[in-house]
Amino acid sequence: MSALHQPASAGQRRRASVQPLPSDHLERVWAWGMSASAMEYVYRPSTVEALRGVFEFAKKQGRKIALRGAGRSYGDASLLAEEIGLDLTRMRRILDWNPTTGIVRVEPGVTIRDLWQVAIEDGWWPPVVPGTMHPTIGGCASMNIHGKNNYRVGPIGDHIREFELMLPSGAIKRCNREQNADLFYAAIGGFGMLGCFTSITLALKRIYSGHLAVTPIATPNLGAMLSEMEARLDRADYLVGWIDCFAKAGSLGRGLIHQADHLREGADPSAAQSLRVENQELPETFMWGLAPRSIMWRLMKPMVNNPCMKAVNWVKYLSSLRQSGKTHTQSHAEFAFLLDYVPGWKRAYLPGGLIQYQSFIPAPEAERVFRGQLEVCHQNRLPAYLGVVKRHRADDFWMTHGLDGFSLALDFKVTRYNRERLWAMTAQMNKLVIEAGGRFYFAKDSTLSGDQLHSFLSEDRVKRFLDMKRRCDPDTMLQTELYKRVFGQPALR
Amino acid sequence: MLPWKTALVVGASSGMGAEVARRLTKGGCKTALVARRADALTKLAEEFNTATPVMALVFAHDVANLAEVPELFQRICRDLGGLDLIVYAAGVMPRITDETYDTSLDAVTISANLTGAVAWLNPAAERFGRAGAGTIVGIGSVAGDRGRRGNPVYCAVKAGLATYLEALRNRVGRLGVAVVTIKPGPVDTPMTQGLTKLPMLISVEQAAEGILRAAAARKSVVYLPGKWRLVMWVVRSIPSFIFKKLNF
Repeated sequence: MSALHQPASAGQRRRASVQPLPSDHLERVWAWGMSASAMEYVYRPSTVEALRGVFEFAKKQGRKIALRGAGRSYGDASLLAEEIGLDLTRMRRILDWNPTTGIVRVEPGVTIRDLWQVAIEDGWWPPVVPGTMHPTIGGCASMNIHGKNNYRVGPIGDHIREFELMLPSGAIKRCNREQNADLFYAAIGGFGMLGCFTSITLALKRIYSGHLAVTPIATPNLGAMLSEMEARLDRADYLVGWIDCFAKAGSLGRGLIHQADHLREGADPSAAQSLRVENQELPETFMWGLAPRSIMWRLMKPMVNNPCMKAVNWVKYLSSLRQSGKTHTQSHAEFAFLLDYVPGWKRAYLPGGLIQYQSFIPAPEAERVFRGQLEVCHQNRLPAYLGVVKRHRADDFWMTHGLDGFSLALDFKVTRYNRERLWAMTAQMNKLVIEAGGRFYFAKDSTLSGDQLHSFLSEDRVKRFLDMKRRCDPDTMLQTELYKRVFGQPALR
Repeated sequence: MLPWKTALVVGASSGMGAEVARRLTKGGCKTALVARRADALTKLAEEFNTATPVMALVFAHDVANLAEVPELFQRICRDLGGLDLIVYAAGVMPRITDETYDTSLDAVTISANLTGAVAWLNPAAERFGRAGAGTIVGIGSVAGDRGRRGNPVYCAVKAGLATYLEALRNRVGRLGVAVVTIKPGPVDTPMTQGLTKLPMLISVEQAAEGILRAAAARKSVVYLPGKWRLVMWVVRSIPSFIFKKLNF
């Protein structure tokens, strides 16, 4: 057999040392939004030794590795076509839990769900949770995820005390704010490009009730929403805004803020009950218990189009006017994990799937930029079906998306007909973000290009990160489609 | 626009394979060209790769060499960055007389037309089944519809290929894979050069267009040109006691 690519180059000589992988490991791996997928040779180790074995095997075969947790990143952050997919969901042990101090040490495949279910009856809750409970802690740390309380408590990295990271060489580095501090700040948010977490130590938050006091606040337009959120920053524990992306002109960006506050010690007379996992769980049925939630997405599917979603957003806004200002209680799980209400809802977006476009803008520029983005969507007739606003703060992690400002997350349906227009539109929106000194978030990204990365993270920051990568992973064994897309095509293909 | 981004053509150095590859690369589909003759492939690749990015990758391989297929198949998928379509267009048709009983020649016919197809389409079916997507195209022949006195083994391997493809279709079709059997009549290719009395002869361009159209439409069995379907229905319907007296 001879490969005769023309012209022959050094790249091809390297290719010659690439050895085959067993075909029974071949699987189709999806981006969470199902707008992208890749065929990968998937390995699922359950121990640190087995994990090291996969790294050794990859090195021997001359192959690359993409790390993957629960696969909850919307885009291609855990995909790597035709190479090894290292799925960490079976490394799922809670290594140590101290109910007195609230310090937990976990393997990377432990999920947010595993974590809160272990901790809540002892009166603890993860300090930062995303909108779904299914991501792994390893994935959350790699993306340095944020919650609806980001402006107050920072990203999850701010609550990680220490972690152990296996480098592709098999060596394990212990990192905290004193020891290997550089690597600590680079690997959290380092989207799995430096090594694989083998243990993560996290400090949880003390809670005194299983309930939160939740107040909805309807806002007639974007400006009102941002200033209303700004006014509540120092008293609200959680803030999140929903936006009707179909509204135009004076109502552009109208929506509903949800503020949620922890109950203080003693405020809940039946705390022991409200803190029970059973009383937190999301219901399994809907329509008065007549139908299982697992069929909900099928009912949604015919509605995932412009006219129906316009109506749904309109009805939601009208009903929000009635709720506005009325405080009620909700369990932590109900409030935090909105995305889990409809299991598998992404399938309502099939066959093309969806992408989420989230950008982070400094507070003074936020209204102007978000207004511009929503207008661009209208001009292109590609409205977002869901828009979510959150407030953020800056942090010390190298590849961070955090800044003192707001983010707007927009869900777009992808079809084979709109795909090109959609990507062109996001390029327009990216321009607005970069001009305003804004940032992007790898867990959500599907559209960023290399030059845009340099513009938002600065040449210097990117260089520092790549230097660290060269030290940790000299053969660039750790890659993903995202990495290849935003850092150019390194060595391969 | 073509519904595939990446493709693999076995037997891409001449005839229908080369023309299919030409149309794929022209249509923006990154294509791996596989054939025995490296020089012919390189020449084609030079023709196809006029602009960047490179659309045609070249791999010299003899389909008789079964052992190297799994590794080469995986390597091609990696170099293409995926695989959406495989076309098995390799084949030979030896010129023989009614008196020829040459087993070693027949073994070559079986190897190139059938064993090679199985070697390439097996890993493709496994992969596409796992992916829940993909298109497999095999080039059979109207010759496979009836055992004719003129070329027993050629008829047999084309019938075998058609049955193998039908079985693959039944195996992975339910997983979302399209398996397309093309049954061309005579096509003006190097394989038929010098032959006379070729009924309903079509050009290689017409054949390639028909192949890609059928593949894009995810058809099961397609005759090229379409009127062969009727002709072959009639031919298949002729009872054996009459057929054996005919000079087909």
